[in-house]
Amino acid sequence: MHVTSPVRTPLVTGGKTYADVTEDICKQVEGKPTRAWTIAFVISFVVLIYGTCCVFWTWWEGLGVWGLNKTVGWAWDITNFVWWVGIGHAGTLISAILLLFRMKYRTSINRAAEAMTIFAVLCAASFILMHMGRPWLAYWALPLPNTFGSLWVNFNSPLVWDVFAISTYFTVSLVFWYMGLVPDLATIRDRATSKVSRYIYGAFSLGWNGGAKTWARYEYISLILAGISTPLVLSVHTIVSMDFATSVIPGWHTTIFPPYFVAGAIFSGFAMVQNLMLITRVVFKLEDYITFEHIESMNKIILLTGSIVGVAYITEFFIAWYSGVEYERYAFLNRMMGPYWWAYWMMMSCNVISPQLFWSRRIRRSITWTFVLSVIVNIGMWFERFVIIVTSLHRDYLPSSWAMFTPTMFDIGDYIFSFGFFFTLFLLFAKFLPVINMFEVKAIIRSASERLPTSVSGVAKGESVTNPTFNKNVE
Amino acid sequence: MSVQHNDSAKFLVGVYDDDEVVLKAVTEVKSAGVRIHEVYSPFPIHGLDVALGHPRTRIGIAAFLFGLSGLLTMIALTYYTMGYDWPMIIGGKDHYAYPAYIPVMFELTVLFTALGMVGTFLVSNGLGPTVKPLMFDLRSTDNKFVMAIDLSKNKQSEAEIATVLRASGAAEVNVKQF
Repeated sequence: MHVTSPVRTPLVTGGKTYADVTEDICKQVEGKPTRAWTIAFVISFVVLIYGTCCVFWTWWEGLGVWGLNKTVGWAWDITNFVWWVGIGHAGTLISAILLLFRMKYRTSINRAAEAMTIFAVLCAASFILMHMGRPWLAYWALPLPNTFGSLWVNFNSPLVWDVFAISTYFTVSLVFWYMGLVPDLATIRDRATSKVSRYIYGAFSLGWNGGAKTWARYEYISLILAGISTPLVLSVHTIVSMDFATSVIPGWHTTIFPPYFVAGAIFSGFAMVQNLMLITRVVFKLEDYITFEHIESMNKIILLTGSIVGVAYITEFFIAWYSGVEYERYAFLNRMMGPYWWAYWMMMSCNVISPQLFWSRRIRRSITWTFVLSVIVNIGMWFERFVIIVTSLHRDYLPSSWAMFTPTMFDIGDYIFSFGFFFTLFLLFAKFLPVINMFEVKAIIRSASERLPTSVSGVAKGESVTNPTFNKNVE
Repeated sequence: MSVQHNDSAKFLVGVYDDDEVVLKAVTEVKSAGVRIHEVYSPFPIHGLDVALGHPRTRIGIAAFLFGLSGLLTMIALTYYTMGYDWPMIIGGKDHYAYPAYIPVMFELTVLFTALGMVGTFLVSNGLGPTVKPLMFDLRSTDNKFVMAIDLSKNKQSEAEIATVLRASGAAEVNVKQF
């Protein structure tokens, strides 16, 4: 039997039974949409429509509608791409790395965090398509025979690695997330009262019935999926960073990029998870499942990764000076004191200084502070990518080609598109799928609940204590 | 594996309230000489498959082989495209500059492992979108732990088995016929 030290803070409060867990989480799926959800959905959808119009115009007219010029050939597109991919990393970290480390607090947040990963990667991929200018030729990025249009792709190029990394990452995350959903979908199927939902959830739950042999294999494949997702998630942002690091642009040609990008990705991703979970928790009344302990644990990771990012910024600077390369030194001084100084200091204050407030336990356990700091972290991480991309490009070896970048309404509109897309998908997820992994929470109730009820199983919906003939098929 | 659909299959279903009770019950019921068909639970109970005597899954071997095939596929693809079909000198390196292909080899290894392993899992457990599950008790995906006994595979009478189930802690004993 598993015994947990009383020193550990409980992860599920309110003395929940197994039936309570099912009821609290399925209620959101089975009930009518709440007013808060409907309003949020309408807003996201309107934003998505506006953004879609902007994206459509970008494709119709070509990339000339963006503020790019001959000197700054990458700006908001790749900034947004890296930002969204980075956000996605937290979901995999929570579901895979925390599973390998047996961190129980993952159970209440992994479902929503993985959903966030999938939607964030879709947003990131949309910028890849956009920045191609001719998205109908996107298949040229795949290794197709020469007679198909272009030559074989160049496997020496990190951009080709990225095609493989992002598509593998998306597919594996989707599979991992969906496999996690299957047992919970079966729960919803078995509770369903309408024919339509029994049919839909029945099809998606793949005929799951929770037999011991199935569970044993299921746990085994979850472990392997976690084991392969862990190096995968690290490889994805490593490869994204190599899009820059393997070039010879001063400010990009940096060997520290892979670990620094991975830490930054987890940093911004956790901040996004905090924002999403803090809202979901209140709107869906999940305070017993997403407790202050969860919020604090995530804030500790934000503090750790934020500090790693801070050290990386300083190391970059030191190495630029220590290398003795004039151009490298200039690139970094230009970041700090050039015309984009405000973006640099925005990045420094949001990413390096603000997370240090999390050293205070009071701030780590404060909802307001957590929410505000998480927003600040994500603003900072967007500026980090902007600083790396735009300030390294806008002034290089040839002073006569120095230029500035100014976004147009389509740069902004295409970014807005990704927000509309992301929140529309997330809200649909929150309404139609269980936002908390019910079976994993049930599995930790015994060891991590605040107090155990006298009967741990509780009373299921439609089951009467005096007349236990809930099962319609009993003869 | 899922149950065969024969019309005569008649089961005795013990419904337990507690995961720890059902885990102990498995040993008790087995030592009473009753063959258990399967135990169904809303979440994985560690040690249950061992108590039931299920063999250790070999799905890891399948996963490894799928991973290996992904790796070999990518080695073949990069070799064919970069080294054989249209060799080019890029950056003054060999045509087949394999260290640069390690990232894509890794990605395809992971992709094949994940898809192949999950596919194997679905096939070996008989799961799919059109599969109708055999549910002995609908609460077994909610809050109850359900032990199914196939009466045709046991010599004891229905009443004897029901007594064993009740003695092992079952809160209810029902009959289920498919």
